[in-house]
Amino acid sequence: MANEVNGQEANAGSAANPESEVLLDVKNLKTYFHLASGIARAVDGVSFTLSRGETLGVVGESGSGKSMMAKSLIRLFEANARIEEGSIKFQGRDVLSFGKKELRDYRGRDIGMIFQDPMTSLDPVFKVGQQMTENLRIHRNMSKAEAREVAIAALRSVNIPNPEARFNSYPFELSGGMCQRVIIAMALCCNAKVILADEPTTALDVTVQAQVLHLLKELQRTNDIGLMIITHNLGVVWDVCDRAMVMYAGKVVEAADVKSLYAKPMHPYTWGLLDSMPSLSSERKADLSTIPGTPPDLRLTGKACNFANRCPYAQDICSKEVPELVEVEPGHLVACHRQTLDTHLERAKGGK
Amino acid sequence: MAKIILRRLLQLIPTLFVVVAFTFIATRLIPGDPVAAMVGDQYDVSKVEEMRASLGLDDPIIVQFWNYLVSICQGDFGTSYYFNQPAIDMIAQRLPNTLLISVIALIIAVIFGVVFGVVSARKQNSIVDYVLTVLSLFGVSAPVFWVGIMLVLLFSVTLGWLPSYGMGSIEKDGLIGFISHLVLPCFCLAIIPMGTFTRITRSSMIETLGSDSVRAMRARGVSEASITWKHALKNALPPIITVIAIQFAGCFAGAVLTENVFAWPGMGTMITSAIDNRDYSLIQATVLVVAIAFVVINLITDLLYMVINPKVAAEAKKGANNV
Repeated sequence: MANEVNGQEANAGSAANPESEVLLDVKNLKTYFHLASGIARAVDGVSFTLSRGETLGVVGESGSGKSMMAKSLIRLFEANARIEEGSIKFQGRDVLSFGKKELRDYRGRDIGMIFQDPMTSLDPVFKVGQQMTENLRIHRNMSKAEAREVAIAALRSVNIPNPEARFNSYPFELSGGMCQRVIIAMALCCNAKVILADEPTTALDVTVQAQVLHLLKELQRTNDIGLMIITHNLGVVWDVCDRAMVMYAGKVVEAADVKSLYAKPMHPYTWGLLDSMPSLSSERKADLSTIPGTPPDLRLTGKACNFANRCPYAQDICSKEVPELVEVEPGHLVACHRQTLDTHLERAKGGK
Repeated sequence: MAKIILRRLLQLIPTLFVVVAFTFIATRLIPGDPVAAMVGDQYDVSKVEEMRASLGLDDPIIVQFWNYLVSICQGDFGTSYYFNQPAIDMIAQRLPNTLLISVIALIIAVIFGVVFGVVSARKQNSIVDYVLTVLSLFGVSAPVFWVGIMLVLLFSVTLGWLPSYGMGSIEKDGLIGFISHLVLPCFCLAIIPMGTFTRITRSSMIETLGSDSVRAMRARGVSEASITWKHALKNALPPIITVIAIQFAGCFAGAVLTENVFAWPGMGTMITSAIDNRDYSLIQATVLVVAIAFVVINLITDLLYMVINPKVAAEAKKGANNV
């Protein structure tokens, strides 16, 4: 399995602020599904770091491996998936060597995870308060009374009106946005240092999306936590992230701080994503542009540029060699044969 | 809550009417005649006619049915033709015995069935799961009377550990003797429900253990023991409770066979002899009591759902207020 390490040594983006503490250090992470029909490379050599006080956006379409990557970070995935290679360090500790007990302490106390659908993330037959206090008692050894106070304070901090009453509510009595706030409060009151938010706003009403997103961002600033937001919406990235990684077929294809990614995206796949964003301003009559084709079969990836078959700029080399992730400009990494230190590709006008 | 219970009790009336009508018709369809059964082979035709008239059996069926309904409403469940005793008194004598073995059997079945089911679900597709699955399928499909006879053969005849028939009394046989008479009938009656509970708990638990909320709890570092026995099991309970209720009612039906195998003096042995004797009133009264037990158990089940699932309680309250 240790064949092409192609540039995964280069971290997909180094910390924006080199002085801040690195919380998560992931190197060459490979998580594969073992299916009856073969091995699907869901995460295929991803490296990055996440520091305190930093917001990292992970972008990609469905099936690009971004959720699987997040689940790998807390080692919580389907029975037929396995981390094959690489390392995950949390504050210097080797996550992959954790035993059952250490893993339980790590989940929830060190890393909080927020899933896409808040309505199914809480146990429907226990009150919100019971679930929050259970976690506090596990992770912070609190008494029932202490836990209740901390939980109510946490509910208040996520702007839930009348937190004492909501403490005694069942999840079905709350709206989706409210549930997502409860889940965020749960992560906060256990003092999680990193929050992984897997499409935290996708299942919510449009009007609530921005509120929840800005709440996350605000709490991240005040509590100085590392936040990873997984999304397929580049708008979210521009809005709240410091750095961003674009993933495609289990690999990072482009990584940069948000400013330079916005100013000068370099990978043809990122261009495709940008072109696919519906514009509200001009030319309403224009068709919504899409990236032709579909993402590749993850059982067949890893032998060439995974995007070659959909890329309008593809050349012979693209279907023969795997492009390395190289730092083309300071802090800006791209994995494309046509975007290297020597060769530059101009983005065609009009999208394609 | 009181409103909901009242509403549900009113809904029982039409159900019970249908039960009364069906048993009435069914007992009349049994070939044979109660008076003939009573007087035996050598009888006087005029005497038989006289008896039929005194029992009201020569009225048109519809009149008989009307009289029956009226007397039920007055609290009179009829008199056994054969024993010449009020049916309700006979039932009152026998019902506690049947309840005793049914309840004990059900408790055994619930405890073992649910634990086996949870273990089976946790260890899905392991050797433990396969063994429990085979055992529970055997339990569900083995005929009660056959299991009963096999138990007698093994524990009473071959090993001589336990009595094979009858009910002990605490005064005469002491507590040990009383319990030893209970063991075989209760175990025999518990086998089918135990297998059913194992099956339903297993499938319901597999579903809840795979749910998103369990995944989210794992991501929050909740221990597997708490996830399994507290969170997932409570979520998995509604179908299990439904089946427990059905099986409890089924225990009454199963008791007919079990009681006959072990000569247990309960409702089961009583109803078989009542059918033999064409004892219309006793048959009708027994079936009615069993039917009432069925619907009451169902009502309790529905109320239990509300305790377990707060969402059901909220909706029921809304429904009750809308009426």
